[in-house]
Amino acid sequence: MVLEKVKKIIAEQLGVEEEEVAMESSFIDDLGADSLDLVELIMALEEEFDIEIPDSEAEKITTVGDAVDYIKNNT
Amino acid sequence: MKKRVVITGMGVVSSLGTGAEEFWEAIKSGKCGISRVTKFDISDYPTKVAAEIKDFDYSKYIDKKEAKRMDRFTHFALIAAKLAVENSGVDFEKEDSFRCGVIFGSGIGGIETLGDQHSVLVEKGPGRVSPFFIPMMIPNMAAGRIAMEYKINGFTECVVTACASSNNAIGDAFKVIQRGDADIIVSGGAEASLTPVAFAGFCSAKAMSTVEDPDNACKPFDADASGFVMGEGAGAIIVEELEHALKRGAKIFAEIVGYGCTCDAYHITAPHPEGLGGIKCMQAAIADAGIAPEDIGYINAHGTATPVGDPIEVQVIKNVFGEHAKKLSVSSTKSMTGHLLGAAGAVEAIITSLALKEGFLPPTISHHSDVPEYELDFVPNKGRNADIKYAISNALGFGGHNAAIVLKKYE
Repeated sequence: MVLEKVKKIIAEQLGVEEEEVAMESSFIDDLGADSLDLVELIMALEEEFDIEIPDSEAEKITTVGDAVDYIKNNT
Repeated sequence: MKKRVVITGMGVVSSLGTGAEEFWEAIKSGKCGISRVTKFDISDYPTKVAAEIKDFDYSKYIDKKEAKRMDRFTHFALIAAKLAVENSGVDFEKEDSFRCGVIFGSGIGGIETLGDQHSVLVEKGPGRVSPFFIPMMIPNMAAGRIAMEYKINGFTECVVTACASSNNAIGDAFKVIQRGDADIIVSGGAEASLTPVAFAGFCSAKAMSTVEDPDNACKPFDADASGFVMGEGAGAIIVEELEHALKRGAKIFAEIVGYGCTCDAYHITAPHPEGLGGIKCMQAAIADAGIAPEDIGYINAHGTATPVGDPIEVQVIKNVFGEHAKKLSVSSTKSMTGHLLGAAGAVEAIITSLALKEGFLPPTISHHSDVPEYELDFVPNKGRNADIKYAISNALGFGGHNAAIVLKKYE
């Protein structure tokens, strides 16, 4: 469920197809994101899951799997 | 030796159509691009009309992801630039990228983004303001995006002089090429200030017409002139060194031969009462072209239809041209396009170039009541054929900015 929602947000934010978004996908290397995209993506995830991701934690989220794990552990 | 400078491509995004050809056909036929505002709820505003671009679809021209990271004014700018580049046949991959530049103006920049993100700040707090807010809003981003699109690495900047912005941009592009610092410059301007807060600001300044009938709201040089009507969109032109253009077999729309730029240094919004800055500006442009005032056959006036501005511009024209003022023709195409603010000079340079090329004077429409003391030919309501060799296009902006460019029929 979390993965599905995360995939949808990533696809929308980064302008990619949901099928391209896999757990091991790196935002920058595989999905074409830049540093500003990542900031916006983290904001969108915070909003969707009603959480606050501190900058120190956000820096460690570099793949789709990292994001899903963080959300599962913090909601 | 000074280089000769020509216009080799043009693109327009406006309420009168997309692309220079569709736009010019509308201008020639005297079509009015003004309508009731639908972009937001207009009921609480004293002004009800604008030259609004309805059902704007950028997806044919701009990648979806990138488009989301651009303000509407940059959508307009990038599309106008793409149309101009396509129209010119320039292949930037074959050019020395450091000999190519972009000089593009905007009066206000991304004010829609500013409004949206300010709402986010108020409703959700600072942590939700988009990281794209600043790069979307800043007015130079149109120039930056055009440069990125074509990997243009040379002289690139943004001119912000309110409603004179794109005339200054074109004049500056002319000078940079004339002195030999570039071969090709993508120039022009874009504006997208049809937003709730910007519209309210212009309403409060009492500058805009409150006439609700779209066909009678914008009446430049008319006894019933009631204020300007806001337009939105962009104009882009390819400014090119003549030899460079000839070498690649480019089609040439007009030659740019003179540029004048002055400041009234008088008031933040009102022009100098005797038009001092305006007079010196037109005189400087004519002198720069190395011609006499009597050589000018057509003036594309600033002519915004404000009761303060129009009479002063008439006075400026009479002062600069003396007896010849009654022999030349003057039109305000804002009667059709609305006032595109920072993009006005660009779309009017396009109109003036095509007027020279095709030998056709565009009309001042919605013109029904003469002001007897004006005594000028405003080409009322219907355009007509006329073989003109030199024309001048005026633009004046808040802050007292004056910019005039002299264009010559290319022969």
